[in-house]
Amino acid sequence: MADTNIPTIQERTDQLEGIGCKRKRVEDVRFTQGRGNYVDDVKLPGMLFGDFVRSPFAHARIKNINKDSALAVPGVVAVITAEDLIPLNLHYMPTLAGDVQAVLAHEKVLFQNQEVAFIVAKDRYAAADGVEALTIEYEELEPLMDPYKAMDENAPVLREDLEGKTEGAHGPRTHHNHIFTWTAGDEAATQQAFDKADVVVKEYLAHPRVHPCPLETCGSVADMNPITGQLTLWGTFQAPHVVRTVASLISNIPEHKIRVIAPDIGGGFGNKVGVYPGYVMSIVGSIVLKKPVKWIEDRMENLSTTAFARDYHIEAELAATKDGKILGMRSHVLADHGAFDACADPSKYPAGMYHICSGSYDIGAAFCSVTGVYTNKAPGGVSYRCSFRVTEAVYTIERIIEVLAIKLGMDAAELRQKNFVQPEQFPYTSAFGWEYDSGDYPTAMKKAMDAIDYDDLREEQSKMVDDFKAGKSREIMGIGVSFFTEIVGAGPSKNCDILGIGMFDSCEIRVHPTGAAIARLGAKSQGQGHETTFAQILASETGIAADMITIEEGDTDTAPYGLGTYGSRSTPVAGAAAARAGRKIKYKAQLIASHLLEVHHDDLEWDVDGFAIKGAPQKRKSMKEIAWAAYNNVPDGMEMGLEAVDYYDPPNFTYPYGAYFCVLKIDVDTGVYKIERFYALDDCGTRINPMIIEGQVHGGLTEAFAVAMGQLIDFDETGNVIGASLMDFFLPTAVETPHWETDHTEVPSPHHPIGAKGVGESPHVGGVPAFSNAVNDAFRPFGGIQTHMPHTAANIWAYAKSLGLTDQ
Amino acid sequence: MAKRLIKLTVNGDEMEVAVEPRDLLIHTLREQLELTGAHIGCDTSHCGACTVDLDGRSVKSCTMFTVQADGAEITTVEGMAHPDGTLHAIQEAFRQMHGLQCGFCTPGMIMRAHRLLQENPTPTEEEIRWGISGNLCRCTGYQNIVKAVQLASETLSQKVAAE
Repeated sequence: MADTNIPTIQERTDQLEGIGCKRKRVEDVRFTQGRGNYVDDVKLPGMLFGDFVRSPFAHARIKNINKDSALAVPGVVAVITAEDLIPLNLHYMPTLAGDVQAVLAHEKVLFQNQEVAFIVAKDRYAAADGVEALTIEYEELEPLMDPYKAMDENAPVLREDLEGKTEGAHGPRTHHNHIFTWTAGDEAATQQAFDKADVVVKEYLAHPRVHPCPLETCGSVADMNPITGQLTLWGTFQAPHVVRTVASLISNIPEHKIRVIAPDIGGGFGNKVGVYPGYVMSIVGSIVLKKPVKWIEDRMENLSTTAFARDYHIEAELAATKDGKILGMRSHVLADHGAFDACADPSKYPAGMYHICSGSYDIGAAFCSVTGVYTNKAPGGVSYRCSFRVTEAVYTIERIIEVLAIKLGMDAAELRQKNFVQPEQFPYTSAFGWEYDSGDYPTAMKKAMDAIDYDDLREEQSKMVDDFKAGKSREIMGIGVSFFTEIVGAGPSKNCDILGIGMFDSCEIRVHPTGAAIARLGAKSQGQGHETTFAQILASETGIAADMITIEEGDTDTAPYGLGTYGSRSTPVAGAAAARAGRKIKYKAQLIASHLLEVHHDDLEWDVDGFAIKGAPQKRKSMKEIAWAAYNNVPDGMEMGLEAVDYYDPPNFTYPYGAYFCVLKIDVDTGVYKIERFYALDDCGTRINPMIIEGQVHGGLTEAFAVAMGQLIDFDETGNVIGASLMDFFLPTAVETPHWETDHTEVPSPHHPIGAKGVGESPHVGGVPAFSNAVNDAFRPFGGIQTHMPHTAANIWAYAKSLGLTDQ
Repeated sequence: MAKRLIKLTVNGDEMEVAVEPRDLLIHTLREQLELTGAHIGCDTSHCGACTVDLDGRSVKSCTMFTVQADGAEITTVEGMAHPDGTLHAIQEAFRQMHGLQCGFCTPGMIMRAHRLLQENPTPTEEEIRWGISGNLCRCTGYQNIVKAVQLASETLSQKVAAE
């Protein structure tokens, strides 16, 4: 490069498209042309297709399975049942929560649509014919559907396989349907806070069972090569390396003989973290039949069998002084885990990070307990677009603080402001022991309240109440406030592991001689745009333009081991690994530059995309020049090449936060509501790509809207699942979805290499209580205290009627 | 099951395809013709991930037997880009406005937007929202999809004006 003709720093910075750039997405070129490669697009020679025969009953004994009728169907090549798996010890598989789950039901079925037999056929139509043809005799048993009855003395025994097992993965089991009881915080200190409080509120808050429902369902293709003993497994995996390890542990195939590939994934939202019977059965099918076997679930199977979320039955309490200083917080949760404990949480935390439930407030004492029970429902309990049970936690505090505001006769925003953790208190240790890394809550709240003209809204609301009471209007208005703090980026290995593997993440970079590069990470994008944003982090760190960096994830043969993408951990953990790997590249580059420029490396300074001699910026070596030299002219004793790898074990979680406001109006005679306004201010620390952040916020808010206002996986008393198709399960269309206003503040994380905190889940976590609070707030002037999600028009109308607001 | 030979024109290519009477169009497109752009997202015709353009209408190809399409002219997302490889204005608009994330709904959404803009070249926001309401997206919250359709509408209108 001619030393006299260097573009300006600004020009070179712009050209990198690094951190802070609204870079257009790399992924979109293939996705807009239908050239993505999702798991159902995988097509291998001789590939067979597997499909499940599922239980019509929630609880029943399997009396007899007659394979002959299915085997007689043209195209069907195999019918596999639990009896076939027992000799291989594969009829149960370990769950991520320390329980086991039936791969195929043995002797008993424990939830409707449970997997009973696996039909393998030449194509999906023949497999469906085989499913139809198989005859199974059942003897129905009494189903247990109400979690509050699970631990009754005479409750039916669900898990016969656990008979006599009094110790579970998370402590003693006191009843045959008991999974665990877990506590956090200081019970005695909390009791003392409650004893001395002027005001105490207590409320039951339901967080009903819902489902992440990504547009692409779960699926896999297994290809066991009988000659080499190599298993290749394509699948919808948010954590492909964990799947490889689990597959090895289950199958006894050595881990180096298993290659797991997570290709493009059509949304995950927590649904694709776990390991499902379908994955295992595609592997078994391929081993047995020596051909590739594909399994793709349909929507009904997805909604009714793979990984529900929530189903938390929460009792929440707050204790406060009469002028609104919160002294204590307490919560007891009954958690309905379904028939197997298949929650996806770090091993030590059977209720995830539920103990972030003291929220954004400086509360002196807090205690919570969570009791998990078995019922005749599908297993799961995954984090639907949130870090491990954080949505449930934030809902708890953000709802109960509204109830306290009612009791105190205070404004809901003012009560929050009075109790915020203050900026000077960071790093702040909560009563539950979490160390909040950074934040400025009062500034964020004030910015949000100013942006929406909070006082004017309250005035408008009050006028509408007057009009309603005067009989001039049938409409009421609610203002939903939510100020949330998340705990994401799991996580420090001292807190977090999955199956004993610390929850670090990783990045490996290779810079090629021409100055282009490839980087591979242990995370796995499902729409978050990693190929775009991780290249931006590396561009800023290494001075190589983002367009010259390929990002690759999801292939365990090439990517370094990582724990995958969920719980907003990609940027906090894998993003940190990327930054640090980039710095290792830069360090070596500096030594090479010092060699080329014949100065001590301390006499060099970084200037955007290369190193220059301090005080002589024209004397420099660009990264492009350094990369070339790395392959032919390195200092004595230095290894050739320019590569780096980083495994990052974060010192702490990150704590994104935000202030959300929802304004809605309700017609009390019909319960029909209209979202008038939704404003979301997020602080996710350093912002890597504002365009992608905004898109993530839009999407998360839309999922929050769906959860709060309509989603429910319900059951009738005999255990039939209701809501397991898109006929019933609420996915908002463009018509119902509100318009979103987004905003931000930016307080970086002090411990993250680039200060980023993660954002993808904030809008869901903060959005759910904002919507629910808006509905509840509308009824506050009329004596309303708590109405439960989902806030469908029918439920809102019923609540209005219960308060005497309508006789329609 | 006995197969039937039918004629299709897909993305401009005339072809004869042997299908079972019960084969769904989405499976023929994806598995026989290896056009995997259109996706399957539900069993109940709600999600629209399988939307293709068939004889001038948006069709959810999971809800039509292939034999019903005998003689039809079909455009899938693979047929949208220009022959020189540049993106169609709608595809480019989705990229410019960040109208996609996981990409699974995108082929159906683009094909629906294509037909919508044929029917109504300058739709209002409300018309766009109703116009794409048969296509579900779980990632974007639709706001940027609406913007993408608006941008495509502007680009295509300018193109028409220029011609």
